[in-house]
Amino acid sequence: MCGIAGVLTRVGETSPDEIARMVDVLRHRGPDAAGLYVDDRVALGHARLSIVDLSGGLQPLTNEDESVWLICNGEIFNHVELRDELRARGHRFRTGSDCETILHLYEERGDDCVHALNGDFAFALWDRTRQRLVLARDRVGVRPLYYTQTGGRLIFSSEIKALLTQPDVPRQLDLVALSQVFTTWSPVPPRTMFEGIESLLPGHLLIAQQGRLSVRQYWQPEFPPQYAERPMRDDEAAEQLRALLSDATRLRLQADVPVGAYVSGGLDSSAVTALAQRHATMPLQTFAVAFTDGEFDERPHQDRLAAALGTQHHTITCGPQDIAKVFPEVVWHAETPLLRTAPAPLFLLAGLVRQSGLKVVLTGEGADEFLVGYDIFKEAKVRAFWARQPDSALRPRLLRRLYGHIPELARPSQAYLEAFFGVELERAGAPNFSHAIRWRNTGRLHRYFTEDVQAAARDAGQRDLERLLADQRDGWDPVSRAQHAEIVTFLNPYLLSSQGDRVAMAHAVEGRFPFLDYRVIEFCNRLPSPMKLAGLNEKAVLKRAVADLLPPEIARRTKQPFRAPIRAAFAGPSAPDYAADLLEPSRIAADGVFKPAAATWLLNRARQGGRLSEIENMALVGMVSFGLFRRAFWDEFSERTQGSHTDTVIVRDFRAARAGMALAAAR
Amino acid sequence: MREDTNEIIRRFIIQNFLFDDATAMLPDDASLLETGVVDSTGVLDLIMFTEETFGILVADEDVTPENFDSVSSVAAYVQAKRAA
Repeated sequence: MCGIAGVLTRVGETSPDEIARMVDVLRHRGPDAAGLYVDDRVALGHARLSIVDLSGGLQPLTNEDESVWLICNGEIFNHVELRDELRARGHRFRTGSDCETILHLYEERGDDCVHALNGDFAFALWDRTRQRLVLARDRVGVRPLYYTQTGGRLIFSSEIKALLTQPDVPRQLDLVALSQVFTTWSPVPPRTMFEGIESLLPGHLLIAQQGRLSVRQYWQPEFPPQYAERPMRDDEAAEQLRALLSDATRLRLQADVPVGAYVSGGLDSSAVTALAQRHATMPLQTFAVAFTDGEFDERPHQDRLAAALGTQHHTITCGPQDIAKVFPEVVWHAETPLLRTAPAPLFLLAGLVRQSGLKVVLTGEGADEFLVGYDIFKEAKVRAFWARQPDSALRPRLLRRLYGHIPELARPSQAYLEAFFGVELERAGAPNFSHAIRWRNTGRLHRYFTEDVQAAARDAGQRDLERLLADQRDGWDPVSRAQHAEIVTFLNPYLLSSQGDRVAMAHAVEGRFPFLDYRVIEFCNRLPSPMKLAGLNEKAVLKRAVADLLPPEIARRTKQPFRAPIRAAFAGPSAPDYAADLLEPSRIAADGVFKPAAATWLLNRARQGGRLSEIENMALVGMVSFGLFRRAFWDEFSERTQGSHTDTVIVRDFRAARAGMALAAAR
Repeated sequence: MREDTNEIIRRFIIQNFLFDDATAMLPDDASLLETGVVDSTGVLDLIMFTEETFGILVADEDVTPENFDSVSSVAAYVQAKRAA
C-alpha cells in the first residue's frame, strides 16, 4: 500500500521538485521508499509501503520497452495467476511487484485491463507512445484518488493534502460539501471539502489525451429484479459463498510480510478471522478495540472468539480521553469534518497493529452492505411491506423490530414509530426511499449553520445524491435499492475512507477486505434479496455459510453497529481544551459557518452531563471536527506539510533538456 | 436446482425461528402457533417473506390460522394467490 501523486501538464515544464513535495506529504502511507518519474509532459511520484517483492518493487514501474509507466497504490490479489498467463504470452517482468501485471495487461487490452484485476487499487498509467494518461480506481473505491485541473495542469494524488501543496491549487471550502457532511456524513462523491478538487468515483477511469479529459464508468453494482427466481437453493448458496469467501481470504493472506486481522466481536470479522486461521500456518495475530464505556464495548465477544480460534490476540482499550487526544490527527487524515468519533478508535487500532510489527490486516468490511446487515435495509423492507397496504393495522408492528441500539427509536409508542417511519410510503419504488428519512433527520443539523451557509448549500446537495442514485435500474426491489444507496453514498465515501483507508494509512497499515472481493460481491448481488435478508433475519446466507466455524453465540448475534462515545470525549470531565476553544463564540463567529449561540447552547448542554440525543451528539462532533479541519488545513497547513525526505529517488528522467543525465540520480 | 414452495418456506421458518438447527424437524402440517414456533410478529415476518419471495399480496383479512399456521397451509395459500 502506498501513496501516489502526479502531474500532467499542457503548458510549462514539469518539475521533479514539485512532485517530490507532493510525495513527501504522503509518506505516512508509504514510509519504506519513494520514487519519481518525469518527462516533458508528466511527472509521477510514489511513496511505497513494501508488502510484495520487498526489495524489487520500487515504483514508478515500467514495461519491457519503457513505453508505459505506472504508479499504483494498492494490491492486485490475483497477480500470481495473471503473471503466469502474461508470461506464457511472452511478457517479460522486471520485478516481482503485483502491480507490474497492470502494465502488461494494459499492453494487451488497453483500458479494459481493469476488468481482469481482482484488487484494491488506485493507479496512474502514462502511455508515452500515445501521450495518454489513464487514472483508475477499484470497483468499490477501497483506495482513494483525487484530482484537480488548474492552469493547463491535471494534478492528482491519493490524498487531497498533497494537491494543496501546489501553489496553483486554490484552497477554498466547498459549502455544498459541508452541508452534505451534515446530511450523509461525507461529501457526496465526486465532491470533496475543497472546491475544484474531485474524487475519481469508484469503478471509474479518467483518460487524459490531446488536451481532453474524459471520465467513464467500467463497473457498478448490479442486482436482480424484484421477485427474481432463486438461482439455487439456500444451502447451495451458502456453500458457494463459503468457498468464494475462503478463496478471497486466501488471496488476501498473500504477502511477503505477516498478515493480521481485526476482530470486532461481530459475525463478519469473526468469519474472516476463522477462514484466515484455517489458511494460516501459524497462529494468526488478531486486534480489537475495547471501550471503557460498556454501552460501546464488545470485548467479551472479541475475547471469546480469539480464545475459540486460538489466535494471538491484542486489545487496545479506548476511553473518551483517548478519542479526544487523537481526534485532531484523525481529522487531518480524513480530510473532512466528521459526525462520528468511530474513526478515532480505528486510528488507535491501526497504531496498535503497527506497534506489533504488522502492516496488513484483514477486516469484515463490506458484509453488511452486500449481504444485507444494516437496520436501514430492514427499515426499507418493513416500510415497503407496509406501503403495499398502507391501511394495514398489522404491518407497521414490524417497526418495533428496528434500531434496538438507538434508545429514541427502541422505546417510543407505536403511534410515534408510525409517524416517524410512515412518511412518503407512496415512494416505495424511488431510489432514495430507504435513505430519505435518515438524510432528512440528519439534515436537521443544518439549523446549526448560519443563514448564509444554509442559503449557499440549498438543494445543491440533494442534486448530487440524485445523480449518484440515477445508476439504479428499474425493477430492483426496495432492499436492493437501499443497498445501492448505502454503497455509493456511505460505504465508499465514509466507511472505506474515514473509517478505512485514512485511519489505517495514517499508520502505514493496509486493510484488506475479503467481502469486497469482486467475485464475492457479484455472487451476493446475483442472489435475490430474500436470500440475504430473509424476513428480518439479516445476512441469512452468510450465517448459514460460516455457522460451523464460529462459537454459536457469535454466529447468532444480531448486528451491533460500531460506535464510540461523543459527548464524553468533548464535553466530559477529561475534555480537551481544543473543544471549548473551537466552540468559542468569537471563533465560531469568525468562521461564519455555525451560529455562535447554537454552539454555546450545545456545549453547555453537553457539559451538564445529561444524555444528548443522536442529533445533538452529531452536532457536537460535527462542529468540533469542523474547527479541527479548518485549523489543520488553513492555520497549520504549512507547518503540517513541512519537511522533506532525502531518500526519494528519480527512477527515470526523460526531459529533453536532461537527455544524457545520469539515471537513477538521487534527488 | 430450484427449491419448491414448501421447501423455501420450511427453510425460512427453520432458519428464523428454530435457530437454523439442522436437526430441527418441521413436518409440513405442524401448527406453527400451537407449537410456539412463531409468535404474532413472527407471522408478519413470514408474510413479508412470502410476499417478496413469491410476488403476492397478503391482505390483513387473509392473516388467519387457515392460511399461516403450517408449512403446507402457507404453501397452499401462496399457490392459490399465484394462480389467481
